[in-house]
Amino acid sequence: MSFMAVYLFYLYMIHTLFPENVRQPTELGADVMIIGAGIIIVSVLTRYKKWRWLWSEWLTTVDHKKIGVLYLISALAMLFRGGVDALMLRTNLALPNIQPIGANEYNEVFTTHGTIMIFFMAMPFIFALFNAVVPLMIGARDVAFPRLNAISYWLFAFGALLLNISFVLGGSPNAGWTAYAPFTERAFTPGVGENYYFMSLLIAGIGTTMTGINFLVTIIRMRAPGMTFMRMPLFVWTTLTTSALIIFAFPPLTVALALTLIDRLFHASFFTLGHGGMPMMYVNLFWLFGHPEVYIVVMPAFGIFSEVVATFSGKQLFGYTAMVLSVVAIMLFAYGTWVHHFFTMGAGPSVNVFFGLSTMLIAIPTGVKIFNWIFTMWGGRIRMTVAMLYQIAFIPTFAIGGATGVMFAVVPVDYQLHNGYFLIAHFHNVLIGGTLFGLLSGMHYWWPKMFGFSLNERLGKFAFWLFFIGFWITFTPQYMLGFEGMTRRLYTYPLGYGWHMLNVISTLGAFTMGAGFVVLVYDIVWSLFKMPRDATGDPWNGRTLEWALPSPVPEYNFARVPVVTSRDMFWWMKRHHATIADQLKPNDIRELELPKNSPVPFILGLGFFIFGFGMVFEWWLLAFLGLAIIIGSLIYTGFDYDEHKQVSAEEIRHIEQSLGRLQG
Amino acid sequence: MPKRGGFFLVCTRPQTRLWLLVAAGTILMPFISGCGSHYVLLHPAGPVARRELDLTVYAAVTMAVIVAFVIALLILTLIRYRDRPNNPHAYTPEWHDHRLMESLWLIIPAVVLAAVAIPTVKTTYALARLPKGSHPLVIDVTSLNWKWMFEYPDQHIATVNYIEIPTRRPVLFELTADSPMNAFWIPELGGMEYTMSGRVLPLWLEADRQGLFWGRSAQFSGIDFEKMLFHVRAVSTPSFNAWTAHIRHSKPAMTLDTYHRLLRFNTVGVEEYSSYPRSAFPSTTHGFGLSGGMYPVMSNHPQKN
Ligand code: HEM
Ligand SMILES: [Cu+2]
Repeated sequence: MSFMAVYLFYLYMIHTLFPENVRQPTELGADVMIIGAGIIIVSVLTRYKKWRWLWSEWLTTVDHKKIGVLYLISALAMLFRGGVDALMLRTNLALPNIQPIGANEYNEVFTTHGTIMIFFMAMPFIFALFNAVVPLMIGARDVAFPRLNAISYWLFAFGALLLNISFVLGGSPNAGWTAYAPFTERAFTPGVGENYYFMSLLIAGIGTTMTGINFLVTIIRMRAPGMTFMRMPLFVWTTLTTSALIIFAFPPLTVALALTLIDRLFHASFFTLGHGGMPMMYVNLFWLFGHPEVYIVVMPAFGIFSEVVATFSGKQLFGYTAMVLSVVAIMLFAYGTWVHHFFTMGAGPSVNVFFGLSTMLIAIPTGVKIFNWIFTMWGGRIRMTVAMLYQIAFIPTFAIGGATGVMFAVVPVDYQLHNGYFLIAHFHNVLIGGTLFGLLSGMHYWWPKMFGFSLNERLGKFAFWLFFIGFWITFTPQYMLGFEGMTRRLYTYPLGYGWHMLNVISTLGAFTMGAGFVVLVYDIVWSLFKMPRDATGDPWNGRTLEWALPSPVPEYNFARVPVVTSRDMFWWMKRHHATIADQLKPNDIRELELPKNSPVPFILGLGFFIFGFGMVFEWWLLAFLGLAIIIGSLIYTGFDYDEHKQVSAEEIRHIEQSLGRLQG
Repeated sequence: MPKRGGFFLVCTRPQTRLWLLVAAGTILMPFISGCGSHYVLLHPAGPVARRELDLTVYAAVTMAVIVAFVIALLILTLIRYRDRPNNPHAYTPEWHDHRLMESLWLIIPAVVLAAVAIPTVKTTYALARLPKGSHPLVIDVTSLNWKWMFEYPDQHIATVNYIEIPTRRPVLFELTADSPMNAFWIPELGGMEYTMSGRVLPLWLEADRQGLFWGRSAQFSGIDFEKMLFHVRAVSTPSFNAWTAHIRHSKPAMTLDTYHRLLRFNTVGVEEYSSYPRSAFPSTTHGFGLSGGMYPVMSNHPQKN
């Protein structure tokens, strides 16, 4: 009853506030689900009196491990949202001229699908794993700037909320995840939709940039004694290079987004048709960010695979130095290829040839890595765990994705294949086969470290096969559709082109992958209740330092910071029958200073959200209120010197003893 | 084109067939829907599309070789080194370095990519220029919301969503937009190029057989983007001349009012006009010059100011 009343009230509010938005049945259905879920969560929290716990343990936390969990939950939720979008798109295209959703909704859905998958699924998923393990791998107690880390999370979370709220209120962005000007100018895309896109990415982008800075500094400054650069696990290396890419790639995006928003809100003409605007500059700025971005999302996967393959082959990573050099090379080259996204914009043959060749160049270090992964397995003992299955599936999938990428670097080939389904298949090939498989592999691998229990292997394998087979069923036909001349972002098509057969198959594949996601969620829920606790902290016979710690890891990480003497330090310790516990004497334990929880990050995020919402609707008063909150909390945190709390040696000794990690 | 079964790559020129058979087994899964002519990219109707297809096939096959090698190596590794009881193959947990092999990984991709890079450079330059000594037919293309307007500056006629071109004569399209960006694409004749307001981009294509081809926008531009479709009829030179004469004599003139009507956000069918106001081509209305300079023909273009 109360639910209905709230819902009716909500509908009334929407219709009085935003009368121009005509609500569609599908949108209404989604609204009911979202609002229903919200009400359930609120009532459960209230019923079990969990509000205080939620606030003090999670919303104000600055502990990198908890922030990692928050990122992971958000990323999985966004994977769900983006996945549902994908199924809607595929349903619309399943057969010619059926239109379960119309043109405008289709445009909204492919826009939010792309935006969410890249910015609000892949990015937070990556940060989840950075946060969960990078400090542990380098023997650090925390990241360099814990409070900034929490601020990054809340900026991401409120940015994501701002984008998602557009779906509830109506009027989502509908110009594609690339949002090319001048189409996104007011003259062609009126309404608030695009404002949501620009505002939410600006907010989340600030958070992302700060995460990049945070992890760069953490890795450079916070390594344990003896952890030289050339002893760092490869995942730490890719975190380092990814952070460097983020720091230099996000500013062009911020500029492009901000200038378009200024065009839209304040009638400037940076990218307009007339008045001296230069729409092409937007495209340039976007890809100046966009190409590094594709490496930002795939390099962490390279790192994950390098850890996973060594652990499950029981063997050192092959060609460590070459691996390091190749990620550094990829990082550097990644800035020199962006024009390959617009070969067909008339830069002339010399420019095109230059960027075609630079793009091919970047494939060389990638090839080196693939061979080194295979040779890590060569001479090993390969254990087929879920994490390893994703790794094995990744190699051929990514090789094919890379090969089609090289085809795009061949300029005259790009002229024919650009913006068609061959392109769609290429980037899903690398984004799903590379990034998503990598992230899922990493999730299964580090899950016990994050939560203290493993995921069910059988269910995990089932989900894996659905993903893997579904992937190829979905995208092989799309490669072929490219040769049939089907262009991207079509909401429907007539019968005459002969595109229908392949589209049906592709849609079936998409639903297979959807089933994979359902099994994955079932796996997580099942394991949460049924899987035994992991008492050893080292369920996989791991090699790097994080496995030396108990699971889940205590707040201070290392009771005593280890001294690193070798690559694969934990492996070395196990070989020499040394454990951290052996080394740890009660007297070694000192009092520690840990960062203290703070409400500032959450409130700052809320301030940005209010500011963003005000900007989207051009409600300036609200925007000023948000701005006031932002400035207020920044000033407050600037004068807040009470950032630390003391943990006594006694307390640490007690915890370590209860974990059985302390002698005497 | 006769319909044939087998692998879809098989249905192209005989010379490439052998290569294609090798490729088909390794990169593409069994053919599903026959190889009808709806694989437009595999049925080029002109020299530009044909060169692009040849290069596509060449690049695909070259990459397929290396991908096949990687997959074979992976499978072999998995068979030999799976963790099973009494695995006879040596377990070498400390083996992690091999200079020679690592250099090999560097050299193999480098060589393969060089093999792709050289024809890339050649073809890119070749296709950027009109064939020497050719006298192209010039067509000025403007993308509008959501329709295509074509102007024939030498014939002084204009059309919407439909063009005719003579076979065996290069056609120089000068592309611009009075709308958001679109991409002008006739897959059977060759690759695409963007249309952008304020700039004029050249693209030359040629048909060497008669026929009716479709073209469409490949860059999303809004709600009716799906309908930004046009047709191209390639005919012999005499029938092309007859067609232009027919339009010049029997169709209405396009006025600025007509052009402003076309600027509206809607879709229209095929339209033909016996003449058009010069200022309708946005390059002159907004005073932009032609960009590039690769095209010698542009210097004597009637609309160049
Ligand atoms: C050997 C490696 C790769 C090469 C040579 C390559 C090459 C290319 C080229 C030339 C394009 C532009 C095609 C066009 O727009 O016509 C492209 C598009 C794209 N690539 Fe790759 N790529 C590679 C790897 C990756 C990776 C690792 C990712 C992401 C994880 C990725 C994601 C994308 C995306 C998202 C697009 C399309 C963007 C859009 O238009 O929306 N690529 N790639
Ligand atoms: Cu790129």
